[in-house]
Amino acid sequence: MIQMPLPDAAVLARRAAIVEALRAIVPGDGVIDAEAGRRVYESDGLTAYRTLPMVVALPETTAQVVEILRYCNREGIKVVPRGAGTSLSGGAHPLADGVLLGMGKFKKILEIDLPNRCAVVQPGVTNLAITQAVQNDGFYFAPDPSSQIACTIGGNVGENSGGVHCLKYGLTTNNVIGVEIVTIEGDVLRLGGKHADVSGYDLLGVIVGSEGLLGVVTEITVRLLPRPPGARALLIGFPDIGQAGDCVAAIIAAGIIPGGMEMMDRLATEAAEAFVHAGYPLDAEAVLIVELDGIEAEIAHLVARVETIALAFGASSCRISHSEEERLLFWAGRKAAFPAVGRMSPDYYCMDGTIPRAQLGPVLRRMEQMSAEYGLRVANVFHAGDGNLHPLILYDANKPGEMEQAEEFGNDILRLCVEVGGVLTGEHGVGIEKRDLMPTMFNKTDLDQQQLLKCAFDPGGLMNPGKVFPQLCKCAELGRVHVHQGQTRFADLPRF
Amino acid sequence: MRAFEPGDIAQAAEMIAAAAAEGQGLEILAGGSKRRYGRATRPPRQLLISAIRGVVDYEPSELRLTALAATPMAEIENLLQGAGQMLAFEPVHWRAAFGEGAPTLGGVIACNLAGPRRVRAGAARDHFLGFAAINGSGEIWKAGGKVVKNVTGYDMCKLQCGAFGTLSLLTELTIRVMPKPEASCSLIFPGLSDDDAIILLTQALNSPYEVSAAAHLPAAAAARCGFAGAVTVLRLEGPKPSTAFREEALLNLLPGGESLGEEKSVQLWQAIGAVQPLAPVAETCLWRICPTPSASPSMLRDLTASFGGAEYFYDWGGGLVWLSLSLDETGPDGGAAIVRKAVAKAGGHATLIAAPEQLRHSQAVFEPEPAPLAALTRRIKANFDPCGVLNPGRMQEGF
Repeated sequence: MIQMPLPDAAVLARRAAIVEALRAIVPGDGVIDAEAGRRVYESDGLTAYRTLPMVVALPETTAQVVEILRYCNREGIKVVPRGAGTSLSGGAHPLADGVLLGMGKFKKILEIDLPNRCAVVQPGVTNLAITQAVQNDGFYFAPDPSSQIACTIGGNVGENSGGVHCLKYGLTTNNVIGVEIVTIEGDVLRLGGKHADVSGYDLLGVIVGSEGLLGVVTEITVRLLPRPPGARALLIGFPDIGQAGDCVAAIIAAGIIPGGMEMMDRLATEAAEAFVHAGYPLDAEAVLIVELDGIEAEIAHLVARVETIALAFGASSCRISHSEEERLLFWAGRKAAFPAVGRMSPDYYCMDGTIPRAQLGPVLRRMEQMSAEYGLRVANVFHAGDGNLHPLILYDANKPGEMEQAEEFGNDILRLCVEVGGVLTGEHGVGIEKRDLMPTMFNKTDLDQQQLLKCAFDPGGLMNPGKVFPQLCKCAELGRVHVHQGQTRFADLPRF
Repeated sequence: MRAFEPGDIAQAAEMIAAAAAEGQGLEILAGGSKRRYGRATRPPRQLLISAIRGVVDYEPSELRLTALAATPMAEIENLLQGAGQMLAFEPVHWRAAFGEGAPTLGGVIACNLAGPRRVRAGAARDHFLGFAAINGSGEIWKAGGKVVKNVTGYDMCKLQCGAFGTLSLLTELTIRVMPKPEASCSLIFPGLSDDDAIILLTQALNSPYEVSAAAHLPAAAAARCGFAGAVTVLRLEGPKPSTAFREEALLNLLPGGESLGEEKSVQLWQAIGAVQPLAPVAETCLWRICPTPSASPSMLRDLTASFGGAEYFYDWGGGLVWLSLSLDETGPDGGAAIVRKAVAKAGGHATLIAAPEQLRHSQAVFEPEPAPLAALTRRIKANFDPCGVLNPGRMQEGF
C-alpha cells in the first residue's frame, strides 16, 4: 500500500483561516470548502487511492495563482496542482493538509500563430481541443495520450505525456516550445516562446515532466505540425510473440519509423475483439498494428516494405487498410483495449514500464511466470516502436488482499523492466504510484541531484510533496552534500 | 596554467573533488573546438578529459548509442554511417568558419548544438536520453536511461544539455539515433528578397511535404557558396519515390524553383550548418540569433539600419539568423545593445559566438535573464557546483 505523509495538525487547525484567506484572493465560488464539493477532487486516475483535500482553489488568472502561491509559501501550506485529474500515477492526488489548485478555469486558446506553427494556450485546455482548433487549417498537436478528450495540456506538460504517435513525432517535451510558470515564491517566469531553443539553462525542458513539483504552469506555447495528408495501417498477426518483436526490430533496422507501431498479446487481442469486432486474428499470439503516414507515394512504398518484412518474420496474417474507415477500425480495438480488458475483470491495474525492444521476449516470458505465481492474469498492450509496455493486471478489489497482490505484481514487473535495462515509467509519470520504487533505478547520490534541482525552485518543499521522491529532504543540508560523503543523511527524518 | 589529465572517470571525480576542496575553478576541455562559444573565461586550471572516450554500446535496432564524453564526433558519425543511421539533429562543425580542434559528443550535447534539420527533427536536447556525470563536489551520478521513452524523475538531460558543463561534467552519454534517409535533394529559389524568402520558407514548412531544412542566403552570403545572387533553399529527405513526389509538389506550389542534385545539396547544407556563408569570421563579431521566425526579416531591417556592413543569413525557416558585424561598426560592445534591442522586439534570444576574447569577457555572451530567472539560475548552479569548480563564468559573469 502506498502511504502519504501524515497531515500537519498545525495546518489543519488553521483551516478556517486558510479558507478565508484564499477567498480574499479568489472571489465567488472559486474556493471550495464544503465536503461534498471537495469530494469531487479526492482522487485522480489512480482511483484506488482517495484523500479529501483540505480546500480546493480554482483561480482564473495568473495574478490569482501568484497570490495563492505567495500566501501558501508564507504560511507553509502545501499545494497540489491539478488539470483534469487523469493522471494514472497519482500525480494530482490531493493532500489532507494541502490546497488543491485546480487549473480548470484556464481554458482559453489565446493565440493561433500559423506562420510560426505554434499556438499559445492556457493549461486547462484539453489536449484534443488544440488539434480541433487548428485542424481545419491542416495542422495538429502531435502528442496524443489516450485520455486526450479529457486530459489538459497543463497536465501533459506536468507529466510529459506521450501517446501512440510519439515514436515518430516525440513526447510533449519535444512539442512544447514555451511556458509561463509561477514559482512557489510567486515569481512569474517565461521560459522559451515562439522561437527555437532557450537561452541559458533549459528550464523549459526541466519543467516538462516535473509532475507539478517545481511550479504551476499558467500558459503554454505548443508546436503545431502540418497534418500528414494520409495514413494507412497494417494489421499483422503472429503465431509467436517473439517473432512479432523481431519484426518490429527489423522494420526499424530497415530505416522505417512508422507513425505508430502497437502490439497486443493474445489476451488483450481477445478482449479488444470481443469489444469492438475489428476483425482481429484470434488465432494469433501477438497482433501488431503498424501505421505509415505522409504523402500517398511514401505510404504505398513503405506499406509494401513493411508487408514484406512481416511475412519474412513469419506473420500468419497481414491486412492492409484500404479506407479511412478500415484504418480507424484497426485502431478501434487498440484504443479500446483498456476498457475492453476492464470487461473481463472487475478491476485492472495499468502498468507503464519501458524496456529495450530486444528484451521483449524474455520480459513477456518472465511476466507469464509471475502471473502464474501471483495467480493474477495479465494482458499486454505495448507501444512496440519505443519499447513502452502497458501490462494490465486483472484483479478483484472486493477479494481481500487481491489489490495488494496486484500492486506487488506490478512492482515486480517494473523491477524487471529496470533489471533488463529499462525504466520505471515511459509516459504515466512516477507520482505516488512508483515513488517507492525510485531507488531500484537510482542510488542515493542520483536522487540527491534530483533534489538539488527541486531545492532551487522550491526550498520549502511545498509544491506537490509526497510525489516522485521516496523521502523528505532538507534543502539546506543537501547543499552541504559533499561534506557528508559516505554518511547516511537525515536518519532522523520520517520516511513514508 | 596547470592541466590535469584524468585517465578515467574515477580520477576525474577525484580531481574535481580536490579542486572543490581548494576552491579552484576548472576549464573542462576535450576536443576544445568550442572554446570560442560562451564567455571567454580562463580558470587557473584545465581538466583535459580526452582519455574519457570510446563507444560503450551501440544498438542500431534500439535506435540508441552510448559513448563516453570525449569520443570524437567523427568516430560516432563513421560508426552510424556504417549502419545506415545518423544523428537526426545534424550536429554542425564550425571549424571552417572559426574554432579549432575536433568536436566531441560531450561538447555537442553540453552546447545543445543542432544543424539545419532542427526544423524537422529538433535540437540535440530532443535526442539526449541519459547520462552519467560528475557534479561540482566530485560525486558521480546518473539520470535518464537508455530507452527512448522515459519520464522517471525530472528530465535532467534537458538541464545538462546547453549547460556548457557548468552543472556537471558529463562522462557517459546515451543518445537517440535515427535511420539515414534513403534519398535527399534540394530546391533552390533564386533572387528573392528577405521578406519574400521567409514567406516562401513558411509556406513550404507549413505544407505537408515534410521539408527537412529551410534557409535563405542573401546575395553576399550566397556568393560565398558560389551563387550569383540571393538563394532560398529547401531540402527534402526520405524514400526515393517520396522525395520525387514532394519535389514536384513543392515546385508546383512555389513557382520559380529549380532542383539541386543530391551531391550539391549535401555540400550546400554542410556549408550552411558550418556557417560558411559568413566565413571567415576572424575579425568580426558573430551573433547567433533565434528570433520568432516570421519576425526575422523586420529584425534584420532594424539591424542593418544601424550596421550598414552587416552580413547575415537565415536558417530554420527564419528561426535562426547568423549575423556578422564588423568591429569597426559595432563599437566596444560588439553591437550588443542594438542587437539585443532588435531581438527583444522580435521575440527570441541572441548569443555572441565568435568575437575577440576581450569582448566575450566584458559583454554578456548569452541573453541576459530577468531578475527572478537569473536568481534561479544562480541557485541551480550553486546547488550542483557549490564551490564554483565547473567552467566558472562560462555562461554568466561571476559564477
